[in-house]
Amino acid sequence: MSKVRVLVGTKKGAFVLTSDGKRKNWEVSGPHFAGWEIYHVKGSSVDPNRIYASQSSGWFGQIIQRSDDGGKTWTPPGSNPDDLKTPEGFPKGESNKFVYDGAVGTHMWYDGTQHPWEFKRIWHVEPSLTDPDTVFAGAEDAAIFKSTDGGKTWKELSGLRGAKGNLWQPGAGGMAVHTILLDHKNANRMFVAISAAGAFRTDDGGKTWKPINKGLKSPYQLPDPDAEVGHCVHRIAMHPSRPDVLFMQKHWDVMRTDNAGGVWNDIGGNLPTDFGFPIDVHAHEPNTVYVVPIKSDSEHYPLDGKLRVYRSRSGGNDWEALTKGLPQKDCYVNVLRDAMCVDSMDSCGIYFGTTGGQVYGSADSGDTWEPIVRDLPAVLSVEVQTLK
Amino acid sequence: MRVHLPYHLRKLAQIEGEGVELNVAAPATIAAVLDALEAQYPVLRGTVRDHGTLKRRPFIRFFACKEDLSHEPTTTPLPEAVVKGEEPFLIIGAMAGG
Repeated sequence: MSKVRVLVGTKKGAFVLTSDGKRKNWEVSGPHFAGWEIYHVKGSSVDPNRIYASQSSGWFGQIIQRSDDGGKTWTPPGSNPDDLKTPEGFPKGESNKFVYDGAVGTHMWYDGTQHPWEFKRIWHVEPSLTDPDTVFAGAEDAAIFKSTDGGKTWKELSGLRGAKGNLWQPGAGGMAVHTILLDHKNANRMFVAISAAGAFRTDDGGKTWKPINKGLKSPYQLPDPDAEVGHCVHRIAMHPSRPDVLFMQKHWDVMRTDNAGGVWNDIGGNLPTDFGFPIDVHAHEPNTVYVVPIKSDSEHYPLDGKLRVYRSRSGGNDWEALTKGLPQKDCYVNVLRDAMCVDSMDSCGIYFGTTGGQVYGSADSGDTWEPIVRDLPAVLSVEVQTLK
Repeated sequence: MRVHLPYHLRKLAQIEGEGVELNVAAPATIAAVLDALEAQYPVLRGTVRDHGTLKRRPFIRFFACKEDLSHEPTTTPLPEAVVKGEEPFLIIGAMAGG
């Protein structure tokens, strides 16, 4: 029988939640890396026992952790004492060495001057669709790194910063590559999204990138209505079967493209507010999309104190509120951009975590919800693995 | 030489007790201690000082014999008592929570 493993990153550690296919009863393990910020944890689809985690701290910087046994044990890649015995010799301890390629370069600073890129942390890890040792990492300050040795060493794909990086300017949440989408039909194509910079695409495996922001409108941020970069993209999502169709939760606006970012159209429709962070797509219905509307960029909590997921079964514009099992009064949590995911069970499961420490799950495509855990530290990310 | 480490770094490097004993090459300086520490515990590379610049991370402090050495050049020789192992070299995570 299938089962699911939910990987939760929080402000104070990582948690692994497991259940059988019914998704009623859950086992909780953790905290792993207690006391550290865990921005993201994600497993390989090729080898589900291979999981990567981004562990960071304002004091001690960035650590990459890897599990090869489904999250039971973890090691910074290349730093295990056993590595001393390998032909590779003494471990180099470079699994957290994220150094920008070549001259560091500069980007736009808050005062309009140019400011050097400074590495702060990894926001997102994205394992390859074909090789468990290959993994991409999205960094703050915005850049994408690639490892082909299981996270032991990293190299920047610096072409991304060549896509008008000198014009990118950090927003209040920092300037980070927070979303990496791999095209399931074209190994050379990837998409990334960067807060306050926009969405970008590569068609040559990451060597060169171009902004794909046509159709986005950011009148209060960008006076130029045709600005190629500078749009505050909070999240993009795709269905594996239809990689040219992308859905976007922008700072304000929920958008869709049908031509891999050639042009975006507003699909906010009847949403009560089109501000928010996460967006995701049903595992078996490519036109079914989920968002969590948040009141505003000034008040990062749900409208009217009611936590509601909105679902569109028509690819946007027509949205229905999903409320059964979710708090409908006095709820003032936020749901961050990497904190929603879907499993691929026959009856699609949807999961999201809140800044109040709850992780909610739905085993019926969002019709009904139950809290899996209620009192974790603030949730930064939620991913799920469907295991056979 | 005895080197004390913050809790999170001890846990990361799977170190029992408050710190480690290191053989530090002469001349015993701050940089020499960090070189020896990172050689013995590669997982700590990048956590005390940056990988590229080798600059001390902002919320890491160095103390020895009740003196704050954080802003001293890393080529500064360490006090004799530290070199002899009578006093520890302290690597501390600053109280900077808020």
